[in-house]
Amino acid sequence: MGYLELREVKKSFGGVLALDGLNLDLAAGELVSLLGPSGCGKTTALRIVAGFETADQGRVLVDGKDITGVPANRRDMGMVFQAYSLFPNMTALGNIQFGLRLRDVPAARRRQRAAELLELVGLEPHAAKYPHQLSGGQQQRVALARALAIQPKILLLDEPLSALDAKVRVTLRDEIRRIQSELGITTLFVTHDQEEALALSDRVGVMSEGRVEQLDTPARVYREPATPFVAQFVGVTNALEGRADGEAVVVDGHRLPADGAASHPRGAAIRLIVRPEEIRLSPVDGGTPTALPGTIVTQSFLGPVTRLTVRLESQDGQLLRVDVPSAEAERHAPGSRVAVEFAPRSSIVVPA
Amino acid sequence: MTAPTPDVLVPTAAAGRRDAPATPRRHRPSAARRLVLGAFGVLFLLPLFAMLEFSTRGVGGRSFAAWRAIVQDPDLVSAITISLELAVLTVAGMLLLLVPVATWVHLRLPHLRRLIEFICLLPLTIPAIVLVVGIAPIYAWVTYLLGDSSLTLAFVYVILVLPYAYRAIDNGLGAIDLRTLAEAARSLGAGWPTVLARVVVPNISGALLSASFLSVALVLGEFTLASLLAFNNMQVTINLLGKRDAAVSVAVSLAALLLAFVLLLVLSYVGRRRGSSGVTEEG
Repeated sequence: MGYLELREVKKSFGGVLALDGLNLDLAAGELVSLLGPSGCGKTTALRIVAGFETADQGRVLVDGKDITGVPANRRDMGMVFQAYSLFPNMTALGNIQFGLRLRDVPAARRRQRAAELLELVGLEPHAAKYPHQLSGGQQQRVALARALAIQPKILLLDEPLSALDAKVRVTLRDEIRRIQSELGITTLFVTHDQEEALALSDRVGVMSEGRVEQLDTPARVYREPATPFVAQFVGVTNALEGRADGEAVVVDGHRLPADGAASHPRGAAIRLIVRPEEIRLSPVDGGTPTALPGTIVTQSFLGPVTRLTVRLESQDGQLLRVDVPSAEAERHAPGSRVAVEFAPRSSIVVPA
Repeated sequence: MTAPTPDVLVPTAAAGRRDAPATPRRHRPSAARRLVLGAFGVLFLLPLFAMLEFSTRGVGGRSFAAWRAIVQDPDLVSAITISLELAVLTVAGMLLLLVPVATWVHLRLPHLRRLIEFICLLPLTIPAIVLVVGIAPIYAWVTYLLGDSSLTLAFVYVILVLPYAYRAIDNGLGAIDLRTLAEAARSLGAGWPTVLARVVVPNISGALLSASFLSVALVLGEFTLASLLAFNNMQVTINLLGKRDAAVSVAVSLAALLLAFVLLLVLSYVGRRRGSSGVTEEG
């Protein structure tokens, strides 16, 4: 039994199904991300936990207690929103004290707690500033401190980094993780950014069409996707259509060894999914019979790796994305012919 | 005597806006512009000067007897007091009615915004005499239940100020991220009354001031409804006084106009001041 549980939660808006019997469990002190494309229902799930939306069916439990019908202001949930949500008429300190004031916390204790939280988010010098005097990142830090001030049962983060620029986003992401670990607060984080979800979470729930397709550690979601959707949504992938043949997949006459193929009936149409970093390139003459010939089309420098696009000579000239260490990139000039291969263990085989 | 028409003033829309430049660029007015401004200035100021001149005429020179008489005529003082009380009651009634309704419409019933706006604009389109014919039977009951005090006019004045006040408050609410702010407050433990009092009202204070000043200006200048419903307010008394002592009547009218102008200037200043508070982002 988890600390936060969603049981068969259904929700639709004007006939459009947003959540289709969602089940979710969060252990106490865990940070779980809900990851998915727009419209998959992740924000709706978070808003139902917060009490801003009412579930059509199903239950929400916190520490075994059913809170499905409890109004938002009595749920003790701290929330940080995607949009800047600081009260413009209050200073950073005033914002942090707002929830404490509503709980009739004595003024001295309130000020002390707010000061502690400002220190936690590294904004002590900005206590007297109004939201319009703070940058986006600072505003979201204050919003986080404000949410934590009431010592919530659960911290809800609704894409709090999406309005920030890339550098601030990474810094604040790390800070959220540090603060969450320090306080050991159960946290539900909603994002459409895979990197954010994978970097931040104890577990990632990949959502599609109102359901959680897979809820697992970031490494397992990335390496062992449970469904074709997860495989293709998380990370950059290449997909090759073929037919199962024992412990290999036959793609346009090439027999490519793949560990996952054995579990599929011989001759079944399957999809072979390979990540760019798992592909190895060799000069076409030196290739093996288990390799696909192709030609390098483009090169994009991405820092530590360089991404190549390779046009296969089979598969109607399908393009594959291949990552090679940047130090070796000059060996792969556009126009060179190469043999594309990968280790049997590195590919994922799913039904086509 | 009618009130200055508040609908020609625009600062209501600017009250809560934050994107106005901090220092407006100064243009050197062209000759044509100066000519138009001058012509309009003369058009607007000439009657006021005429009123001032008329109300200060005395035997053999200037006299402020008419202005002094304003505070010496008990009927007039009573009427001015009633009009000021009516202004306060109308503003209170308007705020109590409109702030929760407009907030709720923004948050929960956005599809009804057009309908509510239409309903609020109706008093502009219905002639005063038609309004009186419709409202007279209701006022028979109001008088029966609450007595025949002129202060009961506040009910109809709340309706009368709806077009101006709703637009101002609606603009104010549209200028803030109401949904997010309300949800943030709710998640921190605030009930709806607290959300309204501590989050919504302070953040649309400019719009509320606009709505209030426009309402005050309208109430201080209102004559038709009060007269047709047989109540006494400042304008009705000024009208009666005009038949007895024209100079005092003109002096009071000018004083009421000047008060309305001052209110509208304050409103314009508040709107500009709030509009100029730019957002400073640091990387």
